Amino acid sequence: MIHAIRAILRRGFELIERPFDYLFGASLNPLKQLGALGFFFFWVVAVSGIYLFIFFDTGIERAYQSVEYLTNDHWYHAGVMRSLHRYASDLMVVMVLTHLLREFAYDHYRGARWFSWFTGLPIIWLLYTSGITGYWLVWDKLAHYVAIVSSELLDWLPIFGEPIARNFISTGTLTSRFFTLMVFMHVAVPLILLFIMWVHIIRISRPKVNPPRMLAGLTLAALIAVSLWKPAVSQGHVDMAKVSTELGLDWLYLPLYPLVDLWGKGGVWAFLLAFSVMLGLMPWLPPLRRAKAAEVFLDHCNGCGRCVEDCPYEAIRMVKRTDALPFPTQAQVNPSLCVACGICAGACPSSTPFRRTEDLVTGIDLPEYPIRLLRERTVAMSSTLSGPARVLVLACDHGGAARRKEQTVHVPCVAMVPPSLIDFILSRNLADGVVVAGCSESACFNRLGGDWTEQRFAGERDPYLRARVPRERIATVWTSKLAVSQTEASIAAFTDKIAALPPAKLRSPLPPSIRILEQGADETQAAGGQQKAEAPND
Amino acid sequence: MTNPLRTAGQFVVILALFMAVAAFSNWPVYRQNPQGSAVVMLTFVHGADRQAECRRLTPAEIAKLPPNMRRVQECPRGRRSLEVELDIGGKTVYRASLPPSGIAGDGPSKVYERFVWPAGEYDIAVRMRDSPRREGFDYMRSEHVKLAPDQLLVIDFNPQGREFVFR
Ligand code: HEM
Repeated sequence: MIHAIRAILRRGFELIERPFDYLFGASLNPLKQLGALGFFFFWVVAVSGIYLFIFFDTGIERAYQSVEYLTNDHWYHAGVMRSLHRYASDLMVVMVLTHLLREFAYDHYRGARWFSWFTGLPIIWLLYTSGITGYWLVWDKLAHYVAIVSSELLDWLPIFGEPIARNFISTGTLTSRFFTLMVFMHVAVPLILLFIMWVHIIRISRPKVNPPRMLAGLTLAALIAVSLWKPAVSQGHVDMAKVSTELGLDWLYLPLYPLVDLWGKGGVWAFLLAFSVMLGLMPWLPPLRRAKAAEVFLDHCNGCGRCVEDCPYEAIRMVKRTDALPFPTQAQVNPSLCVACGICAGACPSSTPFRRTEDLVTGIDLPEYPIRLLRERTVAMSSTLSGPARVLVLACDHGGAARRKEQTVHVPCVAMVPPSLIDFILSRNLADGVVVAGCSESACFNRLGGDWTEQRFAGERDPYLRARVPRERIATVWTSKLAVSQTEASIAAFTDKIAALPPAKLRSPLPPSIRILEQGADETQAAGGQQKAEAPND
Repeated sequence: MTNPLRTAGQFVVILALFMAVAAFSNWPVYRQNPQGSAVVMLTFVHGADRQAECRRLTPAEIAKLPPNMRRVQECPRGRRSLEVELDIGGKTVYRASLPPSGIAGDGPSKVYERFVWPAGEYDIAVRMRDSPRREGFDYMRSEHVKLAPDQLLVIDFNPQGREFVFR
C-alpha cells in the first residue's frame, strides 16, 4: 500500500520535474532545491521580521495601529517587508509539504535516513506555531478568530485552569501583557525552528542549504513582485462584541481552523496526533530491510580520507591508527549513519580491479556487495556481450536503467564504481564501450553520487579516471527511474557511435587469476590485446 | 552563459507559482457562522459550595491523628457541581451539571459554550445553582435581547458582584 502511494507520487513528481528540468536545467530546478529554498525563505522571513519589529508596538490598541501605520504610511518599504514576511512564510509551508512528499516518494526516509525524516516532524509543528502566532500579533479580525479558535483548541486539553479563550471575548481580561507574550513566542519559536533545521541536516554531508545564486535572485525578485502586486494587509480592527464575519483565511497556515467547526476540537487533535504518530513511525514501518554498513579493511586502508570526503551521510571519520601500518589515520564507519551506497568503496584507491589477488580486498567495502563481487559480475556480464559494439552498462538501482537485465551490471550507486573499473573494462577488452547510468541529474538517490562520478571522470576529483582511458568510449546517462525509453535511446545511440569507431587500441588480455574466478567467462573476449597494462596508481 | 529569454521564462514560472501561493494567503474567504446569525456565548468560571460543611472532630478522632497533624475541624475540600441552565426564546438550549475541576475536585467549575442563533429578538434567561439546595436556583437573570447579525453576546458571571452579566 505504502509502496503503491510512493510509486504514484514518484510518477507525479517526475512528470512535473521534467518540464522544470527543461526550463531551468537540472541544477536550477526548484524541485531539486527544496531544502535549500526552505533555508532561503527562512532568511527572508527572518530579515523582514526584524525590520517589521522596529515598527511593531505591543499593546491591544497599538499592535493593530502600528501594523496599519507601517502597511499604509510606509508601504514602499515596511509594507513590502510585511508582504515579503507573509509570502516567504507561506512559501515555506509549500516548500515543506513538497519536500516531505518528495523525500517520501523517493524513499528517502528509512534506514539510516530516518534522522532527517524524524527531525522534520518538529519542524512542521514549529513552523505552524510560528505562523499562527504571527497572524495573532496583527490583532485584526483574522487575529481575533485565530486567537479564539486556537485557545478553544488549547482549552480542550485538560491542561489549563481557566479557559484561555475567555480572554478574547468581551470579558475585559485581555491585557497588553498578553501581546508581549505573543511577541516573545513569535520570536522564540522561529529561533527553535532554526535550531531544529540545523539539527535536521547534521547527518548529511554538504547539505544544500543555499540555492544557486541565480535561483535565489529569481526567487527574491518574484517575491518582491508579488509583494507589490498584492500587498499583505490587515482585515479590520477587532470588535470583541462581534464574531468574525467573512475572513480571508491563510489556507496554508490555517487549514485546520475551519475543520474545528467540522470535526470538533477532539477531532482536530485526533487528526494531529494521528498525523504526527504516523509520520514519526514511518521510518520503522515494514518492509524493514537495511543493508549492512560499509566495513574498513585496515590492511588495505592507507588513511587517505577520500571515503570521508565522498560519503554523503557523514558516516565515516578518520581516526588514529590502531594497527602497525605506518599511516597516521584510518577510516572508521559509524554503521548507524551508513546507507550502504558504496560510494566510499568507489572512492578508495585500493579498489582497483587490476589487482591480481584472487580475493580482491579493498580499504573500505560493502559486506553485501564487495568490489570483488562487482568485478566478478562485470567480467561475467562482459562475456554475454556480442555484436559489433559490445557496450556494458553500469547502472544504479534508482535511475532509468534500474530494471535493465541485459548487458547490465547493477550497483547501489554509480559512484560505487571505482574509475579504475572503467579503465579495466576497456583496457582488458571486456567491452568496447561503457555506459554509466545513474539517477536524474541533481536528484541522486544517494545525494552526491552523480556529481562525484562526473567529477572523477573529468579528472577533477580523486580518484581520477586515468587519462589513457578513451573518453569517446564512455557515456554517462542521468535519468529518472521512469525515463526508461529515454535511457534506452541514449544507450542505443551510444552503441551506434561505438560501432562506428575504429577498433580500440591499448588492450591486454584478462589475466588468468581473474578469469578463473569466472566460470562462465568467455575465452574469446580476452583476446586481441596488444599491450600489457600495469595496475594504475592514480 | 545565461540566455535572457530563458531567464525571463524561469522568472515568469516562479512568479506564477508565487502568485498562486499569495492568493491562497487570504482567499477563498471563510465564514464560520451562517449569514444573519449571531452567537450567544455562555462562559464563566465559578466554584460551587463545598460538598459538606466543616465538622468538629471528636476528641477520640483527634487523638488518632499524628501529633503534628492534629486539628479540631475537618473541612472536606471537594466542591459540588454547578447546575446551569440557559433559555433562548423560551427554549432551554443548555442544561448541565458542571463538575468541579482539579484532581481533588476542589477547583471551580467552568463553562464555555457557544450557541449560533439566527439574529432577532429573544428572551434570554440564565440560571445557576451553586449551593446545596435541591431545587430552584441561586442566581438568575433574564433579558429581552435584540441579537444583531454577527453579534457576539457574552453571558458571564461576575464572582465579585455575584451576578450574571450580559455584554
Ligand atoms: C523548514 C523546513 C525544512 C527545511 C529547510 C529542510 C531542509 C533540508 C535540507 C537542506 C536537506 C538536505 C538536502 C540535500 O542537500 O540533499 C534536507 C533533507 C531531508 N529532509 Fe528536510 N527540510 C525541512 C523540512 C522537512 C520535513 C518536514 C521533512 C519530513 C518529515 C523533511 C525530510 C527530509 C529528509 C528525509 C531528508 C533527507 C534526504 C536524504 O537522506 O537524502 N524535511 N532537508
